Amino acid sequence: MKLVKNALGRMVPTDINGTPAVPFPGLGKHRPTGRKAGPPIPTCLDYPEDGDKTVPDLRAALEKCGIRDGMTISTHHHFRDGDLLANQLFATCAEMGLKDLVWFPSASFPCHEPLTKLMDSGVIHHIEGSLNGPLGDYCTAGKMRGLGVLRSHGGRWQAIQDGEVHIDIAVIAAPAADPFGNANGVQGPSACGSLYFALADSTYADKVIVCTDNLVTFPCVPWQIQGNNVDSVVRLERIGDPGKIVSGTTEVTRSPDRLYIAELTARFIRDSGIMRDGFSFQAGAGGTSLAFAVYLQEMMRAAGVKARFIRAGSNRHLVAMLEQGLTDYILDGQTFDLEGVRSMRDNPRHVATSPFTSYSFHGKGNFASMVDVVVLGATEVDVNFNANVVTHSDGRLRHGIGGWQNCMYARCTILSVPAMRDRLPVIVDEVTTLCAPGELVDVIVTELGIAVNPLRRDLLDAVKGKGLPVRAIQDIKADIERMCGKPARPGLTDNVVAAVKWVDGTVLDSVYQVPV
Amino acid sequence: MMATTVSAGRRGKDVRSDLWVELELRDSGGIDLQVNSKIDFMYGEANRKLAQDVLKALGVSNARVCIEDSGALPFVIMARIETAVRRAQPQRKIPEFLPDAGPSFGRPTTRDRWRRSRLYLPGNEPKFMLNARIHEPDAVILDLEDSVPPGDKDAALILVRNALRAVDFGDCERMVRINQLPGGMDELEPLALAGVNVILIPKCESADEVQAVDRHVAGILQKHHVKNDVFLIPIVETCEGMFEARRIARASRRVVALTYGLEDYVADLGGSKTQAGLESLWARSQAVNAAKAAGVQAIDTVFADVEDMAALEASCRAARELGFEGKGCIHPRQIPVVNSAFTPSAAEIEKAQKIVLAFEEAQARGRNVVCVGSKMVDPPVVQRALKTIELAVGAGRLNVDWDKQEDQ
Repeated sequence: MKLVKNALGRMVPTDINGTPAVPFPGLGKHRPTGRKAGPPIPTCLDYPEDGDKTVPDLRAALEKCGIRDGMTISTHHHFRDGDLLANQLFATCAEMGLKDLVWFPSASFPCHEPLTKLMDSGVIHHIEGSLNGPLGDYCTAGKMRGLGVLRSHGGRWQAIQDGEVHIDIAVIAAPAADPFGNANGVQGPSACGSLYFALADSTYADKVIVCTDNLVTFPCVPWQIQGNNVDSVVRLERIGDPGKIVSGTTEVTRSPDRLYIAELTARFIRDSGIMRDGFSFQAGAGGTSLAFAVYLQEMMRAAGVKARFIRAGSNRHLVAMLEQGLTDYILDGQTFDLEGVRSMRDNPRHVATSPFTSYSFHGKGNFASMVDVVVLGATEVDVNFNANVVTHSDGRLRHGIGGWQNCMYARCTILSVPAMRDRLPVIVDEVTTLCAPGELVDVIVTELGIAVNPLRRDLLDAVKGKGLPVRAIQDIKADIERMCGKPARPGLTDNVVAAVKWVDGTVLDSVYQVPV
Repeated sequence: MMATTVSAGRRGKDVRSDLWVELELRDSGGIDLQVNSKIDFMYGEANRKLAQDVLKALGVSNARVCIEDSGALPFVIMARIETAVRRAQPQRKIPEFLPDAGPSFGRPTTRDRWRRSRLYLPGNEPKFMLNARIHEPDAVILDLEDSVPPGDKDAALILVRNALRAVDFGDCERMVRINQLPGGMDELEPLALAGVNVILIPKCESADEVQAVDRHVAGILQKHHVKNDVFLIPIVETCEGMFEARRIARASRRVVALTYGLEDYVADLGGSKTQAGLESLWARSQAVNAAKAAGVQAIDTVFADVEDMAALEASCRAARELGFEGKGCIHPRQIPVVNSAFTPSAAEIEKAQKIVLAFEEAQARGRNVVCVGSKMVDPPVVQRALKTIELAVGAGRLNVDWDKQEDQ
């Protein structure tokens, strides 16, 4: 495989699964032109006049869509680790004798482990989407035939809109749907919140199948997914387990050390003056980021400060803030617990947003850059503030990018991370995998102190004399190495197994095969 | 030589920052070392070298050594291997091999320092020690007594000794609760050499016990030319101890505070622990009075429910009203509540300032009694106000020359 050095000095492929790829040229340097991609023109005459598009089962729906070997099939991840559709879907494809399919999920979870067997048997060629848990191991072991492609939520939308990825068939799990294909995620026994991670799929895919365990009589409102884009509707016994929407990354941490980091993060936001009337913030998934919002809430109440909006990942803590008048709005990309689902369904100020409005590179602006402060996690951060979120220090894929890269455009980006995890330093000389350029990372909060990016003189000045433990990142790293010892670099092979895209579709870094 | 196999430390899915080592001494063949670690890719080589160095320094040259590491830091690795070697050769005099001194090693303490919150840390559990300081307790208590099972007393002592040297405890006073005497006596030397600030004597029942510890500590400090002093806090936990509390508190100049243990005391009493706590009122009052009569601090027992912050706050308030100056903590989240409860509030500080200033003014005019608002202020009231101000200054809530600033 041919690799070239990109603007940040990382070696990246120029061809990804047969499609040419642009090496990252630096922030703001890539500006594609031309026209957006689009689906074929359908005609309503080809669909039943009575609006009933139901078919008996998945197999019938796939056959009706003309599925064949090598096609790209997409699903959404609103059920997180409780998704029951993708495994059924590809098991059906296997029964149909299909080969070399590409799975294009908006994210994958450990529950998708059975798909590794379908990659072994050739039903699935490769996955373009987050690769973690067993799928991540499969990829970094070098077993996947194609290259993994890791995109942010906004980057996935970008790839669909500029034609980098063409979805042949979108299969959308819907907690409520009518026979016409109108669907939403807020009603029914499997309610999961919004369905907007599947919105691009529904409008850009050649064919669209809605699967539901809760078929209602027309009209299904609100129609987050519009039936006018849908080819077939399938009734399934089960599509997801909403109890598992709350998977590992969405529980507030109980670790005293992590809570300390969360509280320190909230103090930074308060004492730097970012927390003021009418401000906005976003907290990522991950126990520490979630806990930060709990502390910030107390500080806002004490100071009598109200936010204009919160970007979410919503959960019960953010819902409580909305209901207690600590924010005017929640603009919500996905719900992290069932309280979030309830609020989105019942509260007009809890608004479902799509990755297009929130994050897309091909929009006329996006919300991410209008947020005052975002708090995220990371697996590693280096002394130049470059950050990693997909691999651990051993080079294994462990997490998806999610909205993480997109959020970096906030006015202040804070990474709240432990300085080390079980002796593995989190602050390092150089990240194993580069997922965000350091110039977008403003603050790193650890239990050993707060490092502010020297590019942010304004933030350094704002917190001067406020009693916060602000330190040079090199000093924090020195403390870690005194405790842990100087870390050795993991010995990775030079075989590229996945590519990390930046939000504009250019290639930021490569993920390498891990030695067995 | 008989091939006996010993082990030390812990392994398993839930174990973190620790390691398990199995050691089988042999007659020949050198060191056969196996290390299994999740972080082998990063610290495998360093760990193997460290293990070899420790074995060599401890005089082991032929052995099969099997290590399962769960992210242990070097001071833990050294402690666990040393424990295994000592278990394999209990009769041999084994040299010490100590970790490098960390930033807080050797920091001295003072008699009268702030001891509002003291965080108990199980002595055989490394992971809670590493970041204890960030929660800002006034002191950490590395516990060798009740939190350590009988079979691991040796391991805990070695780990605590290494932690006292290597772990950065910041500005926290470093305390160790030794085991009940006479066993605890043997623990004093390694602890004193590792720079412990305060020794807690559990289930203390007589002044003699305190004096025995005092003499032993003094001997160790003198013999090894240790320049930092080591202080004592007796813990009274029995009915007998309660009656002796007054003598215990004044048994040695090293005693800086007196505290008591409620669970053991109520068990000894044969009563039952109630919410109102009437069963221990006499004991608590006795402990405070014994401490104050001896001129040392009085510290309240721990509060067992780590979830109920409101009840903890009420318990702290009641303790402070009785005269206690601090409380033991068994979870980091209790620390801010305890610190705040034993620090004078803004309103209390303001009132104390008013009293002191009014009294100074009255004295300047030759009077010894004055009214502040509707209340009479006489010397004992002023003394309490001065104590409040001293605490406020200690907590950084008030400038040390506050009254002079007032004049300007």
